[in-house]
Amino acid sequence: MLRFKENLYRWIFTIIAFASLVFLLGIVIVLFKEALPIFKKVKVLEFIFGKYWYPTYQPPEFGIFPLIMASLWVSIGAMLVCIPLGVGSALYLNELASPRQKAILKPLIEILASIPSVVYGFFGMVVLAPFLQNLFNLPTGLCALTASITLGIMAIPTVCSIAEDALSYVPNSFREASFALGANRWETLIKVVIPSAGSGISTAVILGMSRAIGETMTVLMVAGGAAVIPKSFFDPVRPMTSAIAAEMGETSIGSDHFHALFAIALILFLITFLFNIIAEFISRRYRLKLGLNI
Amino acid sequence: MSKQLTQRIGFTLFSLSIFITLLFLFIIIYFITIRGIKVISWEFLTQPPRQAMTEGGVAPAIIGTLYLTLGAVIFSFPLGIACAIYLNEYSPKNYIVNIIRLSVNNLAGVPSVVFGLFGLAVFVKYFGFGVSILSGSLTLGILVLPVIISASQEALLAVPQVLREASLALGATKWQTIRRIVLPSALPGILTGLILSIGRVAGETAPILFTAAVFYLKGYPKSIFSEVMALPYHIYALMTEGIHPDKQTAIAYGCCLILLFLVLLISLTAVIIRQRQRRFYG
Amino acid sequence: MDKKTIITKEKSEYVCCSEDIIKIKAQDINFFYGKLHVLKNINLDILANKITAIIGPSGCGKTTFIRLLNRMHELIPNVTLTGKIYLDGQDILSSCVDPVEIRRRIGMVFQKPNPFPKSIFKNISYGLEINGIKNKEFIEERVIESLKKAALWEEVKDRLYDSALKLSGGQQQRLCIARALVVKPEVLLFDEPCASLDPISTRKIEELILELKKDYTIVIVTHNMQQAARVSDYTGFFLMGELIEFDKTKKIFEAPTDPRTEDYITGKFG
Repeated sequence: MLRFKENLYRWIFTIIAFASLVFLLGIVIVLFKEALPIFKKVKVLEFIFGKYWYPTYQPPEFGIFPLIMASLWVSIGAMLVCIPLGVGSALYLNELASPRQKAILKPLIEILASIPSVVYGFFGMVVLAPFLQNLFNLPTGLCALTASITLGIMAIPTVCSIAEDALSYVPNSFREASFALGANRWETLIKVVIPSAGSGISTAVILGMSRAIGETMTVLMVAGGAAVIPKSFFDPVRPMTSAIAAEMGETSIGSDHFHALFAIALILFLITFLFNIIAEFISRRYRLKLGLNI
Repeated sequence: MSKQLTQRIGFTLFSLSIFITLLFLFIIIYFITIRGIKVISWEFLTQPPRQAMTEGGVAPAIIGTLYLTLGAVIFSFPLGIACAIYLNEYSPKNYIVNIIRLSVNNLAGVPSVVFGLFGLAVFVKYFGFGVSILSGSLTLGILVLPVIISASQEALLAVPQVLREASLALGATKWQTIRRIVLPSALPGILTGLILSIGRVAGETAPILFTAAVFYLKGYPKSIFSEVMALPYHIYALMTEGIHPDKQTAIAYGCCLILLFLVLLISLTAVIIRQRQRRFYG
Repeated sequence: MDKKTIITKEKSEYVCCSEDIIKIKAQDINFFYGKLHVLKNINLDILANKITAIIGPSGCGKTTFIRLLNRMHELIPNVTLTGKIYLDGQDILSSCVDPVEIRRRIGMVFQKPNPFPKSIFKNISYGLEINGIKNKEFIEERVIESLKKAALWEEVKDRLYDSALKLSGGQQQRLCIARALVVKPEVLLFDEPCASLDPISTRKIEELILELKKDYTIVIVTHNMQQAARVSDYTGFFLMGELIEFDKTKKIFEAPTDPRTEDYITGKFG
């Protein structure tokens, strides 16, 4: 009887697990299924590198290069904000903060991480954009710069917590050896700790970038919405995620525009998936290098 | 430049980083609280909107968010935890399982708008649920499923193998070991993951953009097949639709405040659970 | 129930002595981690109500061997085991025997104390609960009995519901022994039980093991030769996966037959 129950439980868990995995696999399948039809109308290279995104014109044009550029600019801009602040904060937490400070600061940073993206978007729209508009005398505050800054702030907690983890994995013995040789804390940090944690910090950066590229609501509300290749950070732009979110509501199911948006989603998916895999790969080699258990 | 000076400058930069980061946090919270609190009232929290969204309250949006979150939780929690238990305790430890684990972890980082599209294609159209609480909940559930699986797996992995061995050596079966030793030990970690997922689900907009949310609903949702208002979507819609920007912005501040408060509450709960766990293990 | 007379030993054949009952018989045991041949042609008898020590240098296979006896090796992926292990004449490796049953009759104490993150009381009552025993008085009785047998009762009787993790290393190990005793096994396997303990705790546990011999068959793996000499009745010397010599402890330590045994005993290696 007991053996029967045991096997029953094993089967229940196996079935449930496979059901979950089927759902998750389903995401990939659906993306491909709905995205591929557009490539019968537009060649893949034309799609990716085409400079004109006019999906509602007659005839429509489906070049997403401006969207890709927009995503890139905004993400890189965000990185310029979140890497120094995120890594700097991580270094503070790791090297300078007392245990008590750490116990307060880490949760605070986590709170920053859990603020919904729509709230960031809102804040960017009503506080940051007007502020920047006044500061730089711009026609509109809704532009790549505002999006970059807002996204950057959003990504700080991601970068900070992963970098801080990476720094904490560096064995104390490395630090002790450096001190024993007469180096001070700064030199030890720069020459021993940070290089050792280098891969971990790269992981943090990659995942931060992945987060920035994938963010939807914030850029939707703040980036401005013009599907044009940006020439400066003060231009309004339309990153890939905004394009999908803004336009999906207006397309009819099964139309070319519909499939084109799915194609953008597919590309987004592949990019973020790739980033995450690279990050995972780097972080494994990092832990191996330090001699930690995976 | 002397070593001491370099160190001083460097460390000051670090302190500056975290100061600026926290400054951002406080600025955001400050603005939203100051301007949001003006709008908050009992009426705001319990009454539906009137006068083309310029007066009244946002109660339907609050309720809607509640329904959607509940639905997502009911769908994803049991599935996610069971999947994690299978992957960590029952499955053979070959490299196929490793690939599955990797993929699940990475799905947790996929943009939420992709999940929204998935929900649109599958639940709204293919299954025919239409724009509804059901579609929205399922989409949100799938969004958060990888997160729950990951977090639960990590919690299970953190239970030392020697405890399982001790239990099995006493003649316990695998399920007894899981139920009585592994799960209780992993519970704080699993709970933290669950609670943070709730926070995530409540605040997400992109997945419900095409699957559940509407700007205006007459009355309250009547069934799981009806459309629904939701707080995050309401904020977005207030700022991008409608014809009274001033009043709507004020209401949006109020909604942000409510959302922020909810999210804060949830984060706090997770932190407390983690502290209590640390204290028990001494 | 076999009674055998002394049989002259070839290198890896079994030896046992008259008047003693064989509790566990390991026959032609070969064990592989993947392709690595870790245990080679082991033939060994564990005698009832005696303490058998397994000694040898690190990596010789002694822990691997002891874990076969309660089928704990099945928790590791990619291993192969050939040969037979008999408990009271019954083949315990056969696939129709549930390992769960075996582990209720053969208990194990591990190298590092591993109490559950529960109270002291719950740690011990666990063994009873998984066997479906629900009667509270009965459980309480048995818990106290085990704690007394493990010589831990006096030290914890006022704090039975405190977390077991707050006990010292030696106390935790005695807790693990009490935990193993409560299900009333027939055999107790000790895998280097004192390896992580201080000398005083070690001595207490050795005394405990000597006491337990009256009611249990005991197998103890140890890298501490003096401990083996102090405590055991029979000793088996393992080297590189082979059983080099097995005999009464006195004989092994005073007049070993194989030169390798003598080298190990006298400290020439290991």
